[in-house]
Amino acid sequence: MIEIQNVRKSFGQLEVLKGIDLNVAKGEVVTVIGGSGSGKSTLLTCINGLEPIDSGKIIVDGTEVHAKSTDLNKLRQKIGIVFQQWNAFPHLTVLENVTLAPRKVLGMSKADAEAIAEKQLKHVGLGDKLSTHPTRLSGGQQQRMAIARALAMSPDYMLFDEVTSALDPQLVGEVLETLKMLAEEGMTMILVTHEMSFARDVSDRVAFFHQGIMAEIGAPEQIFGDPQHEETQKFLASVR
Amino acid sequence: MFDYTFQWKQVLARLPKMLDGAMVTMEVAVLSMLIGIVLAIVLTVMRRSGSRPLAAFATTWVEVARNTPALFQIYMAHFGIASFGIHFSPFTSLLIGITFNNAGYLAENFRGALKAIPETQTRAGRSLGMTSSQSFRFIILPQMLRIAFLPMTNQMVWAILMTSLGVTVGMNTDLYGVTQDLNALTFRTFELFAIAGVIFYIITKVITLGARLAAARLFRY
Repeated sequence: MIEIQNVRKSFGQLEVLKGIDLNVAKGEVVTVIGGSGSGKSTLLTCINGLEPIDSGKIIVDGTEVHAKSTDLNKLRQKIGIVFQQWNAFPHLTVLENVTLAPRKVLGMSKADAEAIAEKQLKHVGLGDKLSTHPTRLSGGQQQRMAIARALAMSPDYMLFDEVTSALDPQLVGEVLETLKMLAEEGMTMILVTHEMSFARDVSDRVAFFHQGIMAEIGAPEQIFGDPQHEETQKFLASVR
Repeated sequence: MFDYTFQWKQVLARLPKMLDGAMVTMEVAVLSMLIGIVLAIVLTVMRRSGSRPLAAFATTWVEVARNTPALFQIYMAHFGIASFGIHFSPFTSLLIGITFNNAGYLAENFRGALKAIPETQTRAGRSLGMTSSQSFRFIILPQMLRIAFLPMTNQMVWAILMTSLGVTVGMNTDLYGVTQDLNALTFRTFELFAIAGVIFYIITKVITLGARLAAARLFRY
């Protein structure tokens, strides 16, 4: 379970998170929507401790992420994150991209790591690209590779930060399909996305962020069908 | 006005000696590069470490290596250090001087190469649970060495050519030192140094071309 309690975070003068409260239960899929600069992506990078927070608490399975005593490297093993920019490691093959962390972080043998990597790469539809270098893949394929790379660590949670925003429109579908598959398999996920119909399809709950505040959260039918907050209505009207 | 008679035969008879010298030259250059690369990586890590004294040490090294003559650096390694009662052989002094120079220049090359690697690469590594040192070793370092590969071959060429400065500290087993000694014996100055020049040219050319070929094969991504 991920518990976010009154989290505040500023970049210099700019307060990007103004007291966020959100609990995500095991197996739940929560999507976060909102305009740019609303703090959605920052929240994700705070959850796995890539960004420090100013006040409040984020607790993952009972471990306080930003406590001094927390071993972040250990914690990150169970929280996978995929970014808008997939950050493929260009000097490694697709297979090596995925085996690197299991081998170096989890200390797996090469054979074990490769077995897991192959399984995950097949899962995201890249079973025939194992020995290819990522620079030879399309953006959508690289993004799916990044998803497999995160999944190879067998995380309990997955965070997706606008993973389709940097893709050509015709490549968005294949990545969304992959995400949908994960959701159906019961992976606990928090997704930041601009794909509204996708959010409506896969989410258990949808949160709307506006200027650092979670203005509204609810079932997708409610958020998209009957938004209560004025800003949610405005936002949804503008993206439709 | 021009009464110098070329006597190539006499000089070519000494070619095997010069080739032996060329081997020593290669030895010094290769060793100085291998150690230089390791030291340059250490200097690079020191500059990124966030520790002021370490960064200052590394920066001073790079500054001195790049902004003083290589001859000065070799001199200091031999005669300078000798003032404190530590005496190195000409071979060792030359090796230290060139290695110092290599490490400084390479560290600067590495700095440039690092700028070409997006910060997000480290972030991707960290988000997979790697420590910052693991991210550096397995993600950043290999990319850095690839980007800096051709500048590194440049430095290798420099290392070969810098060995000629060894004569100033009494080095007489490398190509330039051997040539100088043969000159003192035979006075066939033009022929000897012309041949030495050709050998230098061939060595560096082979290194440059070999490196290009290797780069094309190795770094095709």
